[in-house]
Amino acid sequence: MRTELLTRKKIAHTAMAMAMVGGVLLWTGPSRAMDAADAPETVEIDSLAKLYTGVHFDHAMHTEIASCGQCHHHTTGDKVTDPNCVRCHAKSGEADTVACRDCHSRERFSKEDLSRLDNPQLYHIDKPGLKGAYHLNCVECHQKMGGPTGCQDCHGMTAAGEQMFHTGGHAPAATPTGGHSGH
Amino acid sequence: MKSTVSRRNFIKGGLAGTVAATVLKENTSQAASFEGYPEGMGVLVDLTRCVGCRSCEAACNQEQKLPQPAKPFNDFSVFDEIEHGQKRRTDETRYTVVNRYDVPGQDHPLFRKIQCNHCQEPACLTSCFVNAYTKTPEGAVIYNAKVCVGCRTCMIACPFYIPTFKYSSAFNPRIMKCVFCYDTRLKDGKPPACVEACPQEALTFGKRSELIKIGQQRIRETSGKYEDHIYGEHEVGGTAWMYLSSVPFDKVGFDTHVPKEPILNLVKDFLGIVPMVLTIWPALFAGFHLLATRKDWLKGKTEDDHEEE
Ligand code: SF4
Ligand code: SF4
Ligand code: SF4
Repeated sequence: MRTELLTRKKIAHTAMAMAMVGGVLLWTGPSRAMDAADAPETVEIDSLAKLYTGVHFDHAMHTEIASCGQCHHHTTGDKVTDPNCVRCHAKSGEADTVACRDCHSRERFSKEDLSRLDNPQLYHIDKPGLKGAYHLNCVECHQKMGGPTGCQDCHGMTAAGEQMFHTGGHAPAATPTGGHSGH
Repeated sequence: MKSTVSRRNFIKGGLAGTVAATVLKENTSQAASFEGYPEGMGVLVDLTRCVGCRSCEAACNQEQKLPQPAKPFNDFSVFDEIEHGQKRRTDETRYTVVNRYDVPGQDHPLFRKIQCNHCQEPACLTSCFVNAYTKTPEGAVIYNAKVCVGCRTCMIACPFYIPTFKYSSAFNPRIMKCVFCYDTRLKDGKPPACVEACPQEALTFGKRSELIKIGQQRIRETSGKYEDHIYGEHEVGGTAWMYLSSVPFDKVGFDTHVPKEPILNLVKDFLGIVPMVLTIWPALFAGFHLLATRKDWLKGKTEDDHEEE
């Protein structure tokens, strides 16, 4: 199922994407699914950067190896196949937004985020936050497709990160003294 | 003193509200601290999501101001460490550790994070005769190090081998364990540091009752991916931290033989001696304290002698 999605009509899109650098958006009409060609070349994923630097995401390259729906679910108008999604989104078409951050909370587990669950009608009780959504989607696919999976394969560590991880300039002295001494 | 068991059976028996209320009221005065809080918070740990990045360990170390680790938190050779024939355990320098399990038949290793499970009816709490432990309404099992006499009963009572001790000074034994980031976060409604740091959202924070629904949904909607069991939903009477796994829980280091009811029910005979303990309190206190400090003195001595790990 996944493989089929992967190979679908990608080559043509690359050419179109190349022609798009000027920033002209091609609107293909409401009845059709959004094209990869409508998408940006690269995306700086850095709104959460704290311990690691942001990710310079080559969007164009990824549209060649994955379908829109693999990351954007039903929002680009791609046909959904997951039986759980099909129950409601079989015909939901293109959504008003395709940006990850518009559905996945940056403030995951904040009081506000948790209060969504007070609604007993809510189906999406298990929607990951923005950081979780990125990593769950990227890492799982990278594992399957043999893409990079190490933390620093995608983003470098910041000074704050080095401090928290006790690495780099904050690494423990080379002679192991055991972890049992007080501080 | 009525035990929790008898109260439970009363309520299960469907007695009229007034009677139940009376029984409840009578018990809250005596055994309030033994009750779980159904509205408390918890964490659902999903082993299928964890990639063993150790960000949670690093965040805990920082948040709880624990000592400098022996190795950086992005050093993954720790997964091969075996101490006394066991994988790494939590101790006074680390309230949480992640261990790797190479399960036959799985194409990639699985990782399991351990920390205090913040039991609904904690054995550490019920076994402590100086009442050092508290289960807060938010779900955390915290402790008052000032009243701890260092007797280590909780260490033995805990079904998950969690509490450990720090002997920073000869007269000041101190329990050390994960506190669910109670002081710095949980009491203000914020998620713990480890949860916030996890890139994979392998740790889902929320009301315990809702986490059970989320866990059930994950099991139901991704058929075949998970074992049909949420570890901690019923184990030892329920824990605030619960687990989902893609392989049988005993394959990834979980004790699947822990009782389904609170340890309290099993040790209630033991608890019967509490009043006696209170009467001989001063003598006992002195005795335990002496023991603890002597052990500490001895420990200090050995460390001086051997530079022990
Ligand atoms: S896991 Fe152990 S230390 Fe934590 S609450 Fe339960 S009995 Fe107490
Ligand atoms: S809840 Fe807090 S104390 Fe417990 S393991 Fe996580 S970071 Fe450490
Ligand atoms: S931070 Fe999350 S993914 Fe990383 S080791 Fe801890 S639980 Fe696993």
